Amino acid sequence: MKFSAMLATVLSVGMVTSAAADGHKPITAGFVYVGPIGDGGWTYQHDQGRLAVEAEFGDKVETVFQESVPEGADAERVITQMALGGADIIFTTSFGYMDATNNVAARFPDVKFEHATGYKREHPNVSTYDARFYEGRAVIGHIAGNITETNKIGYIASFPIPEVIQGINSAYLHAAKVNPDVEMVVTWVYTWFDPAKEADAARAMIDQGVDVIMQHTDSTAPQAAAQEANANGGRVFTFGQASDMAAFKPTPRVASIIDDWAPYYIERVGAVIDGTWEQTAHWGGMPEGEVVIGEITDAVPAEVKAEAEEMVAQITSGAYHPFTGPINRQDGSVWLSEGEVAEDGALLGMDFYVEGITGDIPN
Amino acid sequence: MTGTIDPVLLIASLMVAATPILLAALGEMVVEKSGVQNLGVEGMMITGAVAGFIAAASTGSPWLGFAAALVGGAALSLVFALLTQILLSNQVATGLALTLFGLGLASLLGQGWVGIKGPTMPRVDLGPLSDIPVLGRILFNHDPMVYLSLALVAAVWAFLRSTRAGLILRAVGESHDAAHALGYPVRRVRTLAIAFGGACAGLGGGYLSIVRVPQWTDGLTAGAGWIALAIVVFASWRAPRVLIGAYLFGGISVLQLNLQTAGARIPVELLSAAPYLVTILVLVLISGRRGRSGSAPADLGKSFHASA
Repeated sequence: MKFSAMLATVLSVGMVTSAAADGHKPITAGFVYVGPIGDGGWTYQHDQGRLAVEAEFGDKVETVFQESVPEGADAERVITQMALGGADIIFTTSFGYMDATNNVAARFPDVKFEHATGYKREHPNVSTYDARFYEGRAVIGHIAGNITETNKIGYIASFPIPEVIQGINSAYLHAAKVNPDVEMVVTWVYTWFDPAKEADAARAMIDQGVDVIMQHTDSTAPQAAAQEANANGGRVFTFGQASDMAAFKPTPRVASIIDDWAPYYIERVGAVIDGTWEQTAHWGGMPEGEVVIGEITDAVPAEVKAEAEEMVAQITSGAYHPFTGPINRQDGSVWLSEGEVAEDGALLGMDFYVEGITGDIPN
Repeated sequence: MTGTIDPVLLIASLMVAATPILLAALGEMVVEKSGVQNLGVEGMMITGAVAGFIAAASTGSPWLGFAAALVGGAALSLVFALLTQILLSNQVATGLALTLFGLGLASLLGQGWVGIKGPTMPRVDLGPLSDIPVLGRILFNHDPMVYLSLALVAAVWAFLRSTRAGLILRAVGESHDAAHALGYPVRRVRTLAIAFGGACAGLGGGYLSIVRVPQWTDGLTAGAGWIALAIVVFASWRAPRVLIGAYLFGGISVLQLNLQTAGARIPVELLSAAPYLVTILVLVLISGRRGRSGSAPADLGKSFHASA
């Protein structure tokens, strides 16, 4: 009697799991966003990835998302709620969710977690994924070095983390290669999304003679500020960040770095459906189609545009790595010798400026 | 090493940066003077921002945009007035709910308006005045809303200080029972004050979406409403000090970005925290000097019911 009861329990549990594996029950994929999906930048692109997942798998998948989740204690609550709500895989799409993601993952070993741009995988059910934004920065750095007249390139930086520092270094290296007089003006705003502050930072740069502005923040406010300056007789150029920001074509936005998360999201959700999900540390770039350069407008001279497109082709084919020596650190010590290519580990922990950039990185 | 800060441009951009919080804080000050605490400033601001942007972008007129921002903010504040004055709900909870509601409503209304370009607000042409060196750029080269906000500070100050209506409003805020006993319509006075506060917050939000940023994105106000609330306390409920507080906060926010851009050798962490640090410091100095915190209206945040 006792044995048969146990057997019945085992059987019924087995039936539930097999039913799920057969795909009778849809998989739930959750997404946690740092900004609003209407930011026109970072979060918008992640949400496009979510929609691509829905389009790909149809009724085999349900998606849920939560936008404008602050980095910090709130994030842990939101992720926990999503896991309790039955999500099978949760994408947490900002660097600041790193600890929260790992903490929640410890309590829900059956749920898969995917953390964007982080490096902590403390549990077997946590993967990390990132895109090689520095490849795009190299291309826009090349354009910026060519089109600046004041030789001042502004970089609205969010937080001093390796991802952002890679971008600053990559953009500077490639701008300085074509224009040795170029100067990198870095302003830290300590936010991913604050349109008013981003606009203020752009204005401060324009007031001080910066004529090419790059941003590592999520809103289109710097583009609007540049557009306004141009309407008042200025000559300022910008680049779309994370999303194409096509509304600001042909100037001030002369090109853009687009993040395309759809291929990765489809692959990972597919892996959960098939039951083949495994922990990874994914870092895709131009070859995988995750980093895309948006249309380069006619405001850029034709030969510069051709060079930029050639660079995209070289990076895509693997013939060129944006961090190829000789590159020195800011203090003049050698980082990469002639022909040496940076290893991923070194890039993921990058905490120094390259030679030629002035100023200090805040801690 | 890098750029130099032009103090003239700095002061000019400071005034632009401070105008949204100045407008919102001024409105909230009047509300609180009447004895009502409306924590929904952020929600009213962002509703004004989205209403203003939609009106400005679809008609091409920034003025119609500001009119819509004003109406949008005031309309949302009347919801608050209905709940707290007629239905006597808790003001703190209702204010917080108003912020959440406003953020969601604005997000909903703003769908389809992201990335659209609005009309630009021309600067006031003051002719030869704008050409005066230094002063011309600081004082006579702004958009009309900057002047309007300054005029509003003076008007509110004069209204509260020297008019009979202003005296009644203050009386209602200090003791609604006494004001009621004297025959003043406590609820009507408070409702009007709440509507004025909502209109000001809406205008402040509209200034963000029409002039300062200028575009619509979700979450545009990014906490500006909370800063406006803090500035009211900072200003100890006085209009000229609201102006000082808003310009101080706006000024230091802009200054720290300019210092960074100019490559100043000051730790960035300190610069970023500066607006908040200075605000706290001044607050401590003011309260230390006054030796008491009695400047808040005595009946602030208390519900009024005539039968009580």
